[in-house]
Amino acid sequence: MKTPEDLRYTKDHEWVRLDGAQGTVGITDFAQDALGDVVFVELPAVGATLTQGQTFGVVESNKTVSDLFAPIAGKVVAVNEELRARPELVNQEPYGAGWMIKIAIENPAQSTSLLDVAAYKAHVETEHA
Amino acid sequence: MPQRTALYDEHRALGARMVEFGGWEMPVSYVGATEEHRAVRERCGVFDVSHMGELELRGPGAIAFCDRLTVNAVTRLGDGDGQYSVLCDDAGHVIDDLIVYRLAADRLLLVVNAANTAIDFEWIRRACPGDATVVDRSAETGLVALQGPMAEQVLRKLTTIDVPGMRPFTIRAGRVAGEDAFVARTGYTGEDGFELFVATAGLVALWRSVVKGAAEVGGVPCGLAARDTLRLEAALALCGADMDRTTTPLEASLAWVVKLDKGDFIGGAALRTQRERGIPRRLVGIELSEAGVPRHGYDVWSGERRVGQVTSGTKSPTLGTCIGLAYVERGLEAPGTALAVDIRGRRVPARVVERPFYRRRR
Repeated sequence: MKTPEDLRYTKDHEWVRLDGAQGTVGITDFAQDALGDVVFVELPAVGATLTQGQTFGVVESNKTVSDLFAPIAGKVVAVNEELRARPELVNQEPYGAGWMIKIAIENPAQSTSLLDVAAYKAHVETEHA
Repeated sequence: MPQRTALYDEHRALGARMVEFGGWEMPVSYVGATEEHRAVRERCGVFDVSHMGELELRGPGAIAFCDRLTVNAVTRLGDGDGQYSVLCDDAGHVIDDLIVYRLAADRLLLVVNAANTAIDFEWIRRACPGDATVVDRSAETGLVALQGPMAEQVLRKLTTIDVPGMRPFTIRAGRVAGEDAFVARTGYTGEDGFELFVATAGLVALWRSVVKGAAEVGGVPCGLAARDTLRLEAALALCGADMDRTTTPLEASLAWVVKLDKGDFIGGAALRTQRERGIPRRLVGIELSEAGVPRHGYDVWSGERRVGQVTSGTKSPTLGTCIGLAYVERGLEAPGTALAVDIRGRRVPARVVERPFYRRRR
């Protein structure tokens, strides 16, 4: 399981890459592996406003359908249109080409409530011990 | 605690992700469901289906009893023949679907679904006449499915049985990879293939030989996820999802299996009545015009009217489209009929299509 050092994580297995006032969001390697082959990703429209923890979309594999939760509040400034045609990118490159949305972060201080790598790894281990 | 097959450690060693299914802890996938699916369509795949139940009917009355018990005509089977069939209750509702093999004039093998084995056994035991007996062989029987266009080529190297000479739905006894086995030319994938019955004690050895033989032609072990997408593309019903104690085999579009003109059988009167009065709903294949997986229980609409429910669905790895099986009201079963599926509040356009969704080249 890959968990890059430079990201922040949620207990729901989303990641966010913080870049100043912007955050890029996707699901973790652990999440994509647990879902199995992703066949469909439903994402919000650009301009949508999200609160922290709000459902912003759905990721669907043949096995199951899971809600996606916003790791941080803000306005959606970009969605990964590529996933419409190639949802398998979520499996292949969960931290790269499989990104889902970019958020203009409302309050950067909110990021302190997110998990760092060590905390996320510990969370995965306790949840799936 | 879910049960485990004798291959549990093999699956773990192969890196399988395990899942509970029908009271069993089974591999859902090894390397990835889509890759496993493709391997079966293009080359071959190996499945542990030891969770399935094997019931044996014995005695001089076994054939007559089984003919009364199941909807297909057991009397048409010769030694070594098999047939797909359904076990119905008195109301004509589906208890289980199964394959019935005639091993000898006084010996039948019934292969049933894992989750229903105990229910089926009890149902059969209660109905059993004095000149027949039913024995549950499930615990002592392992079952490995080898499926795909290269299955025959792989199996030939492992057995003395005349595999190329076997017709579909026949069964032969012989040795496979050094183990005593029954080989049946059946499966649940829409491809040519075989199911290998072996004593539990020989299961690991047989599995390893078959996996190794398959690997030589690019075949892989496959889990339940691939099994589900494969059977769905072939529009093969899954008991418990697509049919159950609330549906008849006629509604499940299995009229070809139900021999209403044979003698009396359990559920026969109810099914004849339904045939005469008209079948109120039918299980059809649907294809969505947009992305989204139709799932069990999702509503199906025709204009502003709710006309049925999805029972199974998937994104088809072979076709690339989203497909499903659904019950729809009478009159809406013709291919081309426009429908919509409610996917979490969104009405996704769909249409009825011919079944199966995928048909192999012969």
